[in-house]
Amino acid sequence: MKKIIEVEHLRKVYGATVAVDDVSFEVVEGEIFGLLGPNGAGKTTTVECLQGLRRPDAGKLRVLGLDPQSDGRELRRRIGSQLQDSALPDRMRVWEALDLFSSFMPNSPDWRITMDQWGLTEKRRSSLSRLSGGQRQRLFVALALANNPKVIFLDEMTSGLDPAARHTAWDLIRAIRDRGTTVVMVTHFMDEAERLCDRLGIVDSGRLTALDTPQGLISTYAGQVRVVFSTEHADLSWLQGVPHVSRVNRHGPRVEVEGTGPVLARVAAALVERGVVPTDLRLEQPSLEDVFLSITGHTIQD
Amino acid sequence: MRILLKMTWIELKLFVREPVTMVFTFALPLIFLFVLGGVFQNIPSEEFRDAKPMDYYTPAYVGLVIASIGLVGLPIHFAKYRERGVLRRFRASPIHLWSIFGAQVLVSLIIASVGGILLVVVSMIAFDVRFPESPALVVAAFVPSVVAFAAIGILLGALLPTTRAAQGLGLILFIVMLMLSGAGPPPELMSEAMEKTGQTMPLFYVIRLIQDPWLGYGWDWDSFLILIGVTVVAALASLRLFRWE
Repeated sequence: MKKIIEVEHLRKVYGATVAVDDVSFEVVEGEIFGLLGPNGAGKTTTVECLQGLRRPDAGKLRVLGLDPQSDGRELRRRIGSQLQDSALPDRMRVWEALDLFSSFMPNSPDWRITMDQWGLTEKRRSSLSRLSGGQRQRLFVALALANNPKVIFLDEMTSGLDPAARHTAWDLIRAIRDRGTTVVMVTHFMDEAERLCDRLGIVDSGRLTALDTPQGLISTYAGQVRVVFSTEHADLSWLQGVPHVSRVNRHGPRVEVEGTGPVLARVAAALVERGVVPTDLRLEQPSLEDVFLSITGHTIQD
Repeated sequence: MRILLKMTWIELKLFVREPVTMVFTFALPLIFLFVLGGVFQNIPSEEFRDAKPMDYYTPAYVGLVIASIGLVGLPIHFAKYRERGVLRRFRASPIHLWSIFGAQVLVSLIIASVGGILLVVVSMIAFDVRFPESPALVVAAFVPSVVAFAAIGILLGALLPTTRAAQGLGLILFIVMLMLSGAGPPPELMSEAMEKTGQTMPLFYVIRLIQDPWLGYGWDWDSFLILIGVTVVAALASLRLFRWE
């Protein structure tokens, strides 16, 4: 796989605050790479350094083979950006913004197609100030795609979108990747990171604390699955002896069995063998939330 | 070049869609014209370089159109762009700073031309102001004057962090310059200190440069070179000091 982005020992300091502390990772062509972490963790600073918008204090960066500091403008011709806290003039119209941004590159795709894909055709003559939050957000992603970039940076792309709009946005991001554009995204939404990213870095207090596929992170850091059911049977101590079971918790009729691998099948077989046939037997998969908690010791909201 | 022209066209449309700025830029010099037009008797006098007061003031008010764009319009425009994150968005695109500045200079030229022509036509109709002695030189004086003030406006926009700061400082500079640079009381009536202060201000040279050929005194090389110097210094300082956010 071709490396699109290489980051080695990136460090960025604001006054006394270390925003990014010794972060290293690579992004390969055609993947959706995510940085997940709470606000202020250093995700935005990291991707802004990658786009040449901030000067790193230390570390080596290559994006599309270019140095974001010395080749910033050439780099920005080949990448797309959707930034936090950025805007365009209120009285600019949707079509004018798309037309302007597609003029930055000589062989940009027809902006009318992008406008259509992102559901903005109906609003083409609207002023930016009259767009809803979701429409605005879609426009800024569409603008990031206007120059047909090799890699696109999306910073909290779905914040401010309602659930339906978020799902539509996810589908479009997958479509962007499937057309061959590498996607680097920053998010603090667990579900978004888990469902969208091919690989994911967890950022906390300026450090990259874990990096893997979402499934890989879950099996490494939250490997235990839980089998949950209800029963009136008094004695279930034998469950401890079933293979793959590591722990059994009981709260009245509710039983939670923690374990690894094929624990569900083992527990189910053992229950049936002893004549216990619960109707509500189910498996609870650990999520990224559990991963985040186990790595950082706090939830993402803290 | 294509990007520059596209930016210019969009900025021009944005200006037209902003009625308050339009009124300020076009109407304020007209208000001065009518208020002062009633003050003086329109006969030639020594205080007005041996011209009729309104022949003297009309080119000076063309200078006011130029100064209001440079001291009020542009600084607020840039400060607002910075405050809202528009500059941040532009910065993440391949657009060059020169294109952003260049578009503002071209828009200033167009707006100043419209405002200037409007003012001259009104003063000719209302106050019987005479046609310039050397119209070609007046036009030649107009262009570097607008460019110099556009450069000053961009520099102020680069330096002033917020819209409020830009509004405040821009208006103060505008009012002080208009009072002391030849668009207020005639320089011959001012104290020496006022006159000296007026001569430190770029608007003084803009008014001289436009007024001289208007009244038949020819091309003022000193003013022209001073304005070129102002343009170069302001442009270089803007490039160095410009803050995107």
